[in-house]
Amino acid sequence: MSAAATGSTALLRLDKVVKRFKTGAGTVHALDGVSFFIRRGETLGLVGESGCGKSTAARLVMDLYQPTSGTVYFDGEDIAQADKAAKKARRARLQMVFQDPYSSLNPRNRVGRTLEEPLIIHARGARKERHERVAWLLERVGLKADAAERYPHEFSGGQRQRIGIARALALRPDLIVCDEAVSALDVSIRAQILNLLLDLRQDYQVAYLFISHDLAIVRHMSDRVAVMYLGKIVELASRDDLWRQPRHPYTRALMAAIPCVHPGRKRKEPLPLQGDPPSPLNPPPGCRFQSRCPFTEARCREEEPPLQARADEHWVACHRAE
Amino acid sequence: MGEFLAVRGLRTWFHTRGGVARAVDDVSLDVRAGGTLALVGESGSGKSVTACSILRLINEPGRIEAGEIRFKGVDLLKLDDRGIRHIRGNRVAMIFQEPLSAFNPVQTVGAQIVEAIRLHRCVSRREAYARVVDLLEQVGIPSPAERAREFPHRLSGGMRQRAMIALALACEPELLIADEPTTALDVTTQAQILRLLKTLQTAKGMGLLLITHDLGVVAEIADRAAVMYAGRIVEEGPVSDLFTRPSHPYTEGLLASVAIDDLPPGARLPEIPGMVPSLLAMPKGCAFADRCPRASRDAGCFADSPAFAPVAKEHRVACFQARLAPVYPLRVEKNDAASDAAPALLPPADENVMAVA
Repeated sequence: MSAAATGSTALLRLDKVVKRFKTGAGTVHALDGVSFFIRRGETLGLVGESGCGKSTAARLVMDLYQPTSGTVYFDGEDIAQADKAAKKARRARLQMVFQDPYSSLNPRNRVGRTLEEPLIIHARGARKERHERVAWLLERVGLKADAAERYPHEFSGGQRQRIGIARALALRPDLIVCDEAVSALDVSIRAQILNLLLDLRQDYQVAYLFISHDLAIVRHMSDRVAVMYLGKIVELASRDDLWRQPRHPYTRALMAAIPCVHPGRKRKEPLPLQGDPPSPLNPPPGCRFQSRCPFTEARCREEEPPLQARADEHWVACHRAE
Repeated sequence: MGEFLAVRGLRTWFHTRGGVARAVDDVSLDVRAGGTLALVGESGSGKSVTACSILRLINEPGRIEAGEIRFKGVDLLKLDDRGIRHIRGNRVAMIFQEPLSAFNPVQTVGAQIVEAIRLHRCVSRREAYARVVDLLEQVGIPSPAERAREFPHRLSGGMRQRAMIALALACEPELLIADEPTTALDVTTQAQILRLLKTLQTAKGMGLLLITHDLGVVAEIADRAAVMYAGRIVEEGPVSDLFTRPSHPYTEGLLASVAIDDLPPGARLPEIPGMVPSLLAMPKGCAFADRCPRASRDAGCFADSPAFAPVAKEHRVACFQARLAPVYPLRVEKNDAASDAAPALLPPADENVMAVA
């Protein structure tokens, strides 16, 4: 049973999605057979180091890239097959919050205009209603109503991220893709933004695809977590299962690598990885993790481990996992 | 033990068109011989400017207005250009956050390290090159002789940062300043680099001034920490004490907002309301007063800048409302609280000290 099969009624489902980019230096294997699903109102965390393909996954979900093979389903429909009207309708239900609050807002538009634009495009309400909606959105994300009259450069990074969230929220989407939405923010501001995202989920039952390299934050925000390494999902489980019993050596290494804020409290397990992740231009044969895994055996070098269910809704791609 | 690095009353101001930004305003700190001081703060708090001021790497419109930077008794601010060049890269070295932009892209890694060595030591090119290979090996770069002939862009981020460390260590500095050395790296690589820094520091007995925004990194490798906010140090002390008994409300708030692991998943996080004031429009009084849950008019928080005062052994804080009563209930071990063993403490999940009402 594949990870995608059980998600047939899911809001979002990726089925064996492959994405390759041809570059001057060769073919980048950004995603290689990735399957996962997100249920309505659920938060799926996607965690991994730079270059593992998390942002490529986000862009495929947003239909900003077309998969090389495989299918992305939104609400049961193949997004590649949708006609123009269906695509437009889907965009209203599927929104994104970007990492960099400086480059993701149009510097020449007042904030009010930025927030009103999706409402105009999707013909939601008359002018007066739209303006009320904008005022409501600003209030909802913790900004003053006069923010509508100002330009993005007048705001701090945290405030801009609030504007980005308000924009994503404008059409009451079913799913918001958050791609490293708090990585660019200082810690004291990060907590404010995470709280805002938590509140919105509670109030509007919005689902998140929550992408981050920070395991602690992913744990806090997610119902289920997928761990990616070099274009593949290596482990996918409910948050509690994953933390109670991480089964893939990479997941364990990631957990052990997080510096702990309590001085004196020891790291979970001394399992530091050697070396760097291999280049996605030239992924190693067999298991992608074999070049850094402390437990590599002959089989790992030859045969690629499939993502298999090892327990209820706990999928692992490792030959050694029980 | 004699004084190693002592910064006193440092003021580095930037004279911009919008006014004078007091990026560093009356900062004093000490790095002890062989010790690690972490300078912690959020972006714009002045921690990097402080680091750059030590080596006088401040460009117009920035200016070091006042203060002393004594390195083993010599005031670096009083040295002439020749004098400071003799210190830079030789007795005091620095590593930067982004190794790709810190290296010269059109020279091989090896050549750049050779240059640094030959600038300060009378050795032949051949001897210097042998030293380079040795250094690259010390920082854990596989096949160092081949890597030395590579251009910086050919190395991965982690390898580049290792090469940067090798460059910094080339002349066996007595003090290493590391400005966000792991911020651009992935967590698994970060763990490797931190371990490497710690090992090298112990082996060579270097002093380390670590600039970071990551409290996890501080807990990992520093023995003392100073917390900066809006150009000033607000609290300073041994890491074990500072992290378990923070006294300044900002330190408390920072610690609470990163202690995500201690909360039940999905719970609201303690947050510090508001944001950092602009350096061009600093409020009168304590810079943190606007965001501070303890600020009071009676204590003078909105009128004066609080001075540093000790709250415990080697633990100082600049706050009118400072208190050392354990904010978090300490789980005291059987022997008394005086024991050195860091108490395992957990902030209670429901008591969000800094939460907005």
